[in-house]
Amino acid sequence: MADPEIKSYEPHHESQSAAVTESRPARLALMAVAFTFLGIFLLLPLIIVFNEALAKGVGAYTQSLSDPDARSAIRLTLLVAAISVPLNIVFGISAAWAIAKFEFKGKAFLTTLIDLPFSVSPVISGLVYVLLFGAQGLLGGWLKAHGIVILFAVPGIVLATVFVTFPFVARELIPLMQEQGNGDEEAALSLGANGWQTFWYVTLPNVKWGLLYGVLLCNARAMGEFGAVSVVSGHIRGLTNTMPLHVEILYNEYNAVGAFAVASLLAGLALVTLVLKTLLEMRYGAEIAATRGH
Amino acid sequence: MTTAPAQAGWRFRQPSVIPGFGLTLGFSLAYLTLIILIPLSGLLWRSAALGWPEFWAIATDRRTIKALEISFGTAFIAAAVNVVFGTLVAWVLVRYRFPGRRIVDAMVDLPFALPTAVAGIALTTLYAPNGWIGKLLMPLGIKVAYTPLGIVIALVFIGLPFVVRTVQPIMEEIDKEVEEAAATLGASRFQIITRILFPGLAPAIVTGFSLAFARGVGEYGSVIFIAGNLPYKSEIAPLLIVIRLEEYNYPAATAIAAIMLALSFVMLLVVNLVQAWSRKRYG
Repeated sequence: MADPEIKSYEPHHESQSAAVTESRPARLALMAVAFTFLGIFLLLPLIIVFNEALAKGVGAYTQSLSDPDARSAIRLTLLVAAISVPLNIVFGISAAWAIAKFEFKGKAFLTTLIDLPFSVSPVISGLVYVLLFGAQGLLGGWLKAHGIVILFAVPGIVLATVFVTFPFVARELIPLMQEQGNGDEEAALSLGANGWQTFWYVTLPNVKWGLLYGVLLCNARAMGEFGAVSVVSGHIRGLTNTMPLHVEILYNEYNAVGAFAVASLLAGLALVTLVLKTLLEMRYGAEIAATRGH
Repeated sequence: MTTAPAQAGWRFRQPSVIPGFGLTLGFSLAYLTLIILIPLSGLLWRSAALGWPEFWAIATDRRTIKALEISFGTAFIAAAVNVVFGTLVAWVLVRYRFPGRRIVDAMVDLPFALPTAVAGIALTTLYAPNGWIGKLLMPLGIKVAYTPLGIVIALVFIGLPFVVRTVQPIMEEIDKEVEEAAATLGASRFQIITRILFPGLAPAIVTGFSLAFARGVGEYGSVIFIAGNLPYKSEIAPLLIVIRLEEYNYPAATAIAAIMLALSFVMLLVVNLVQAWSRKRYG
């Protein structure tokens, strides 16, 4: 996103050069088409979530949310995000440090590999763990012999979530740290700071908003992931059902209010994410990497 | 890179005063290998272990072919729809000033933030025969929910931000002076758009298309609710993988996944070629 300052003078600029914009009717028509499209495809789905959740009143809504299975789904989702997001933060910082601060052979290839999970279907992301840890899997026999349960349990859900949210923090930090260069760190080191101090007092403050931005997106995906988690979870109610999976179960049982009540929490999370993301972009646009998407 | 002294010969990395290279690269590689590379190579290894005849039998199974056709076909149509409307939305956001522009701009990212299962049930409710939109389409004889058209709708939702967010920054960079020059030289607005603006945007549009397409091919959560999931009609490839897994038919699940990965890879290659071509063609 460009700086707000740059944006602010544009209306003035625009009115000056009528030759390079469409005629007023054309402009209005284009805007009408765009808003109709966005209204139908983005706004209506959002509205209907809350509409359906409250279709039978606030009482039914709160009752659906206090259902023990819904509660346990919420707890599991929070737990999974609380494990997988920090793991990917550590990885993201570490990978960004190696890639942005140093020149080495195969760097471009490594960067491509980090993006790999984005081009794999979520179902395949879950499948790879089933093939690895499942009863017929490569490690299945060994795990069984040692009494270790990964699949259809929390560890499997965490692994699948880590897989699909893997690139978020790294791909936010890498371009940002590359842009900032090594000058600050070299200065700190020459003044006698050790590596850890340099990271903690120099690098981290420089990238904190970008990091927060990446974490925000990573968390939204971690809490909302459906396909990958669905494959590895086993859908055991009250045990291995995350919120999105619980939404599916309730919906398939024709419990619309229940399904949309849980869905409304996830939609609320999405809205909070969008608001925070927009605020970060507005206030700290320059301190967030220019790369967007996902 | 050119600063490396020739006599030093091949070097894995440039010397640097900054510490922590070994630690961070080592950890990153180990983590990447454990979480991504080993599981993915497990998939390839398993599908290679199937042997050609078995793999071929699964690949040419009519249901597999149909599911792949549906996945790739609907994703293609949805990405094409998104190219048209996504570019339009980006244009409106970049060029026009209206109240609430920030909010509309933020809304575009909703499909990134909204969990796919939530999108799936919301869209299904909207487009079901008794839903807000379905009710309006019913008299026209258009059925969306539980048909391939429903898949397209879900994939349009999922793919929209990919096109907008790829095209938008490039649009912001367009120098208005070129347009002004063209206008003074007597070009019509239409000519300016097709001859001057579009060529500059073409590579970004192709990228946006490919991102939306790739995401659409693999999409699962938002589609399965609205699709109806009839074999040969509205059953997508990721769902067929799940079905095969639930039947404990690991070889079939593995083979379909491998085919999807291979097709996506080929597609990515083609897109890169098209992109290189369009860069050369349009500069």
